[in-house]
Amino acid sequence: GQGLLVPRSLTGGELPIGAVESAAWGILPGKEPLIKCTFRPPNFETPVSAFGDVITPNEQFFVRWHLAHIPQMAAETWRLRVGGESVEHPYELTLDQLKQDFEPVELVAVCQCAGNRRGFSEPHVPGVQWGAGAMGNARWKGARLRDVLTRAGLKADALEIVFDGADDGVIDETPDFIKSLPLWKALDENTLIAYEMNGEALPHANGFPVRLVVPGWTGTYWVKQLISISAVPKPEMGFWMSRAYRIPKDKFPGAERFPSQEAETDAPITDILVNSLITNIEDGQRLTAGEPTMVKGIAWDGGHGIRTVDVSVNGGRTWESARLERDYGCFSFRAWHHTFTPRGGGEYRLMARATDRQGRTQPFKLVFNRAGYHNNVVQRIHVEITP
Amino acid sequence: MKMRNALLPAVFVVATASAGEMRIELEKGAGYDIVMENCTLCHSLDYIPMHSGFMKRTDWQATVDKMVNVMGAPIDKDDIPVIVDYLTTHYGVE
Ligand code: HEC
Repeated sequence: GQGLLVPRSLTGGELPIGAVESAAWGILPGKEPLIKCTFRPPNFETPVSAFGDVITPNEQFFVRWHLAHIPQMAAETWRLRVGGESVEHPYELTLDQLKQDFEPVELVAVCQCAGNRRGFSEPHVPGVQWGAGAMGNARWKGARLRDVLTRAGLKADALEIVFDGADDGVIDETPDFIKSLPLWKALDENTLIAYEMNGEALPHANGFPVRLVVPGWTGTYWVKQLISISAVPKPEMGFWMSRAYRIPKDKFPGAERFPSQEAETDAPITDILVNSLITNIEDGQRLTAGEPTMVKGIAWDGGHGIRTVDVSVNGGRTWESARLERDYGCFSFRAWHHTFTPRGGGEYRLMARATDRQGRTQPFKLVFNRAGYHNNVVQRIHVEITP
Repeated sequence: MKMRNALLPAVFVVATASAGEMRIELEKGAGYDIVMENCTLCHSLDYIPMHSGFMKRTDWQATVDKMVNVMGAPIDKDDIPVIVDYLTTHYGVE
């Protein structure tokens, strides 16, 4: 080896042995092979190699469901109910009305599961043992949630907007997957009710015919098979808001606020933390000394945009700026690359570290939390250099 | 951190999700039948082996309690210790 000194804190975790052994390449209808975590409900991960493209193809977009009763939806019979105690005029929309009555908006945004990379948590924690591919970046098209709510007439006491999809538990006793947003985020001009993904209808597995798109916020809010939107004057108290998807406040002090759901010590997870991923080199890969080698990857954050990506080839001793590629907007993956020439044999340790336009950057040590959320620890890849 | 695609073993490829679920086999042992009866109603069995390698007895106990108290799993009280024993023995760490 090169005898490079790497602080222990730079070490990322490894997936539990059970997660590795029970993974399989599996094919869902209309999809290319993805990494199967669980069959029913389907939880399928995108392979890292797919992130070589800044836009994740629909066929490779990750799949995440909590509850196993997932009906097949027909575009003709789908209806969206807009109502709740805090609207003046409840109403219903057909898919054609949603498309025709409201100005269509297009934007590129990352949908990242809150538990992306949970499998690397040290110590390990229960939950779907995701690797690095519980995320994807797509061009979404839809109506503004704000416009749909405005037509219903929001009352002054509206506190949260509550969302329900058509999916259900297998038995009634299982808490239905119901999520809410604070009014300010629901009324953000970028929050969409999306009916197109990369220029096509959404795949069934990604929420056909319509899903919520909440740019900058974790996937848990991106309710699939959306059928009901309610404005309410009180906090939504169901299991998936009050007990799941919560983070310790003291460990993530800069998070965007969701005041009506905050408790003394914990709060709902909100915006995505700045993060990056090397997409073209695998751990253990061999490179040739003297040959220029390009490290490629992506970086993203919760909507401020990426300012810089720094790359180290010596385990964090020295860093150089990567070249950022085309900007698809502040909610999108940002591709980057950096070329270096390995000298001599032995081992190199590649790392990438993104900084967003607020100056926030990735930690070298995991910010551990019991649910395994927000893992944006700097990744490290070992490569062997052949002389 | 190692990325999953570098770690995938030579695994079986499944054509469809439902065909794949049929192929999951849990380890045989005391409590197997009771686990099969109680843990397949709402999700596939791979939720169990996916967690092997780090769950202590208290973690499996907490998980089964969550299934009953939060998810509404209709599990006979007397079966719970048998299920936790089975999970700890086959998919747990001491
Ligand atoms: C009544 C429904 C139901 C039954 C019965 C049930 N589960 Fe679950 N289980 C769930 C739901 C819902 C989830 C959440 C799935 C998700 O988010 O992907 C879950 C998740 C899990 C997880 C992932 C960890 C976690 O806490 O989310 C494990 C492990 C698990 N179940 C094991 C079991 C075992 C073992 C049994 C039998 C003793 C069982 N389940 C029976 C509904 C059930």
